[in-house]
Amino acid sequence: MANTKTSAVTNTMPSLPGPRADSIGTGSRTTRILGVVLILGIGLWLFLAFGPSGPDIRIDGTSGQEIGQFDAFRLIYVHVPAAITAYLAFFVTAVGSAMVLIKRSVWWDLVAGASAEIGALSAALTLITGSIWGRPIWNTWWEWGDVRLLTMLVLFMLSIGYLAIRRLEGTAEERARRSAIVGLLLVVNVVIVNRSVEWWASQTIHQNSTIAEAAIDGLKAFTLFFSIVLGVGLYVWMMIHRFRLAWLERQFDRFGLDDALATRRAEATTVLDGRDPHGRDRVEGERP
Amino acid sequence: MLAEVLLIAGKDLRIEKRSKIALNQVAPFAILIVILFGFALNADRPALTTFTPGLYWVTILLASVLAVHRSVAVEAGEGAREGLLLTGIRPSSIFLGKAAALIAQILLVAVVLLGAVIIFYDARIDNGVLLVTSLIAAVLGVGAAGTLYGALLGAQRARETVLPILLLPVLAPVLIAATRAFGDAMGTVATDGWAWTSLLFSFAALYIALGIASHGVLMEEN
Amino acid sequence: MTHLGYLIAGWGTVFVACAIYAVSVIRRARRVAANVPAERARWMTGKDSDVIGET
Repeated sequence: MANTKTSAVTNTMPSLPGPRADSIGTGSRTTRILGVVLILGIGLWLFLAFGPSGPDIRIDGTSGQEIGQFDAFRLIYVHVPAAITAYLAFFVTAVGSAMVLIKRSVWWDLVAGASAEIGALSAALTLITGSIWGRPIWNTWWEWGDVRLLTMLVLFMLSIGYLAIRRLEGTAEERARRSAIVGLLLVVNVVIVNRSVEWWASQTIHQNSTIAEAAIDGLKAFTLFFSIVLGVGLYVWMMIHRFRLAWLERQFDRFGLDDALATRRAEATTVLDGRDPHGRDRVEGERP
Repeated sequence: MLAEVLLIAGKDLRIEKRSKIALNQVAPFAILIVILFGFALNADRPALTTFTPGLYWVTILLASVLAVHRSVAVEAGEGAREGLLLTGIRPSSIFLGKAAALIAQILLVAVVLLGAVIIFYDARIDNGVLLVTSLIAAVLGVGAAGTLYGALLGAQRARETVLPILLLPVLAPVLIAATRAFGDAMGTVATDGWAWTSLLFSFAALYIALGIASHGVLMEEN
Repeated sequence: MTHLGYLIAGWGTVFVACAIYAVSVIRRARRVAANVPAERARWMTGKDSDVIGET
């Protein structure tokens, strides 16, 4: 039964006997401890970002007027961690893809898939927060001249394509190999996109990095650093859960029907013993 | 090697010659998009002339997706792929042959479409050599990448929807570079068209290399 | 505080999106886990082969 043609997992899940008493989800002591630490971290993050790190206000040398991004600068503490998490996540996907082809490892295949999904989310959040930040600072929702922005956009779209590839039908082996090849092809592609967009943008309009202009003092730098660490921490927490989900889905794909049959057989034995677990007479053909 | 490539390319082109899908369906589809852009931009001649390179290449990319579907569909039938592998022809030759046939078909559509934009958009050609060279370079890239991703998806039922979301972002650099090169050749943008053409050739070379390298694995997978 | 609307929108999107995603993953996992015996629910303790395509 196991490992023949397997369907895409949960959305086509047939109705099966109710929850097992011994089922365990994706939580564990590790994730709970990490979760508590992260919640405390989020509290500190919010406090630092909206409190002592302060707005970006500088005095213009010639006119003596206040310039800068003011409180809009505080968006940096969500935008930059999201971007770094996205790059980290896609890097892990690329490594995972290579490892699938080298070692034919199931673990790396699931890690690559889980990481790509979180990467897609992070990339989307990077684009959204960047857009919201760009509106007051660049006076536009979308800056076509910014290389990093366009690269991130293409990266996001490619990750959507990769996730679509992962959901295609085929045996587990076919799907893993196919996704791994696409994963590696897309890495090459991202590099080309980045180069060509950079070239293209330099011939149209050049947008200086806003971060380089802003006065980042000690506490701002620390808050930014802390927010990046927190972003990576959230990524790790999310990865553990997402990986365990992928693992459960794989187990269900491989052994789900066998497990269900075993459960049914156990039930049938109970009924024959005269102890119907449902406490009523069953009509012929009715589902237990 | 070359004989094998020509054999595969000849097979696909013979099928095209008999079915005339590229000529009778893909090319009209491309012309239709060009006409729809005319309606969408309110038949504003100066605007259409200015944006001809971009509109032209967006149209080519959309039409290419159809051409790739067709190229894969030729082998999508029961056992066709296995039959092709059983001939003993090397996967890299199969890739090159299929890519060559696809490139020839897209070139055909591109030439027809060039006539259409000259008629409908008043496009004028300042630099014919640059135009033709960049056109060939871009179509090489589109054909190579299209063949590769097409083979990857194979006979999948979801191919129709997955191929565009995968292929179009992959071809984004081609769109950028080809639009710029055409802009120079048509005199609508001041830029170095030859530099962009070299980028197009690099993209094509890279995807041809990737296709040759990975086609063996892909052919056996799906 | 200046730009309050933008700040709420930016930070809010991040919090809401992450929360929705986390909850959806955990809930999906509970649903699947209901049909997977505990001894096989985890990669660490499971005895399943790690080589792709092997039973």
